[in-house]
Amino acid sequence: MTILVDETTRVVYQGLTGSQGRFYGLRNRGYGTQVVAGTNPRKAGADVEGVPVFATVAEAAAATGATVSCIFIPAPGVEAAVLEAAGAGMELVVVITEGVPTHDQARLFRTLELDFPGTRLLGPNCPGVISPGRCNIGITAGEIAMGGGPVGIVSRSGTLTYQALHDLTQAGIGQTTCVGIGGDPVPGTTFVDCLVAFEADPDTRVVLLIGEIGGSAEEEAAEFVARHMTTPVVAYVAGVTAPPGRRMGHAGAIVSGTRGTAQAKIDALERAGAAVGRNPSETAALVAEVVAALP
Amino acid sequence: MDLFEYQGKEVLASFGVPVPSGALATTTAEAVAASEELGYPVVVKAQVRVGGRGKAGGIRVAGDVAEVAAAADAILGMDIRGHVVERLWVERASAVAAEHYVSLTLDRSARMHLGLLSSRGGVDIEAVAAEEPAAVARLHIDPLDGLSSEQCRGWVADAGLGDGIADAAVELLGRLWTAYTEGDAELVEVNPLVVTADGELVALDAKVTLDESATYRHVEWEGYVATQAGDDREQAARARGLQYVGLDGTVGIIANGAGLAMSTLDVVAQVGGSPANFLDIGGGAKAEVMAAALEVVNADPKVAAIFVNIFGGITRGEEVANGIVTALEHVDLASPIVVRLDGTNAVEGRAILARHESDRLVSRATMVEAAATVVSLAAQKTATP
Repeated sequence: MTILVDETTRVVYQGLTGSQGRFYGLRNRGYGTQVVAGTNPRKAGADVEGVPVFATVAEAAAATGATVSCIFIPAPGVEAAVLEAAGAGMELVVVITEGVPTHDQARLFRTLELDFPGTRLLGPNCPGVISPGRCNIGITAGEIAMGGGPVGIVSRSGTLTYQALHDLTQAGIGQTTCVGIGGDPVPGTTFVDCLVAFEADPDTRVVLLIGEIGGSAEEEAAEFVARHMTTPVVAYVAGVTAPPGRRMGHAGAIVSGTRGTAQAKIDALERAGAAVGRNPSETAALVAEVVAALP
Repeated sequence: MDLFEYQGKEVLASFGVPVPSGALATTTAEAVAASEELGYPVVVKAQVRVGGRGKAGGIRVAGDVAEVAAAADAILGMDIRGHVVERLWVERASAVAAEHYVSLTLDRSARMHLGLLSSRGGVDIEAVAAEEPAAVARLHIDPLDGLSSEQCRGWVADAGLGDGIADAAVELLGRLWTAYTEGDAELVEVNPLVVTADGELVALDAKVTLDESATYRHVEWEGYVATQAGDDREQAARARGLQYVGLDGTVGIIANGAGLAMSTLDVVAQVGGSPANFLDIGGGAKAEVMAAALEVVNADPKVAAIFVNIFGGITRGEEVANGIVTALEHVDLASPIVVRLDGTNAVEGRAILARHESDRLVSRATMVEAAATVVSLAAQKTATP
């Protein structure tokens, strides 16, 4: 099994007619994802290489049965786009767009929590989700992934996720699902949300968690691992040498005091029983060891 | 985007939060002129985006012209924890009766805003919070409901600011909340928030961090953006639209993706090297972006060797390798460069790099190997300049 998405998932792309939306939407379709619709209120009735474009997500859903939306529109329009998708009953909304203001993210998350409890948000500022061989939604290069499990991946960082997928695939180790939760201050889906889903998935027998400095998401994940997980967890945390108080590209990657440092996160994960690698290749090797030891 | 104190106070004042009157000065003469205008006594304050100014001697009270001149002379050019003072904020001294503390920021775990309010301002609030948690009144604020005046009144009472100023505090905190939300701030911190001898509440300091993602809807931030870049390297990187943070080491770092760039810094440090910078060139790793990144890193006189760490996803290994080779034709490198290329078609990409391999360009298959090579090259170069 996989988590969040599989070969039956039908996806509408908000912003399919834009350059990014078109490029990745068509790549996702080429991978095998059921890219059933796009939306653009000014281009309803048109199509993008055969993918029909509707004015709204509700119309797209009614016509195509889409239950998942992927958003590629510019940051100022993201809040409204997510609420439109939620209002149309989307179960999962994946926001690739970066640069959504923090206050908008906080309002958006709270609105979904109160008014649209049936909608899960992934992102913003995330690479998306891929269940290799079945469904790829977002900007991950599908060819670096390999299906079949037994590893589930959840990560806050884009390129480190790709590195992990590639390393595992090169070692002949398959993945069930790889979820990029993004590095923004108010992610719609957290490490813990994904750990819950992986723990419940019988085919995910090892979880790889990739974190970075800033916030306390890794510490919360560690607590969950210690209390609730029987599935073994391997982890990597980037930013051990980042100087305090300096921002390193991701909005999430801000260190303040001892809380949020990479070392504090590594310590918490190790105390919870996770094996933590010191660099990406050592981490992949640790995953391989755990996989080899599976009964 | 961290603001200087004077900029933070400007933001707060624009939302009606009372701040002392003052003026910016970059020379002793300007500081003296400002003081003459404001009236004595004044406080001369170093403007640096780092804590601990007071302890470092960066804040002085001056009662007359001579004292202002002496203070300005002493503080301008002062190095406060690596930040050289180039600006002074000169403000009318306030007669302080009590010092409080307030801040608003996002509590990521709760996914709510968090207000901290304490009657124990003017000191290291983190120490107060650690030793005496009850002295800091914490209030979670729903991003949809905002801060109601009723909620605010309870918060002020919890913090024990005193009944005499409760009304004034509720009003000021309401304005601070508006500055935080409508002002798109990630942090608003006032320490100390003082009660003056006249019973007025005034923000005597301001630490404001603005959300760079909201720049598109704040034309008034133009002046703040202009003062962001620190040293020459950061200014050069900013001008080229690159995500760059200057550090003190000898190994220049270029990587695609913030996580991979951070990881690269870590690996360089693990094999005994010291990174000169963090530089994320984004996903695509196109030739012109690579050339711009190499220019910035190459211009850093401390850099003795450069580590280019690229993971090719959708951008294939051959394209990345050709991009690096093309970029190298346009930049006259002062230091050797070590490339680690991985990902889609990495083998093909490495073959292209191998054809251009020289004592200036080395290719390594893994991050750890590449880090070891670049660190030893940097050590050789710094040993024999």
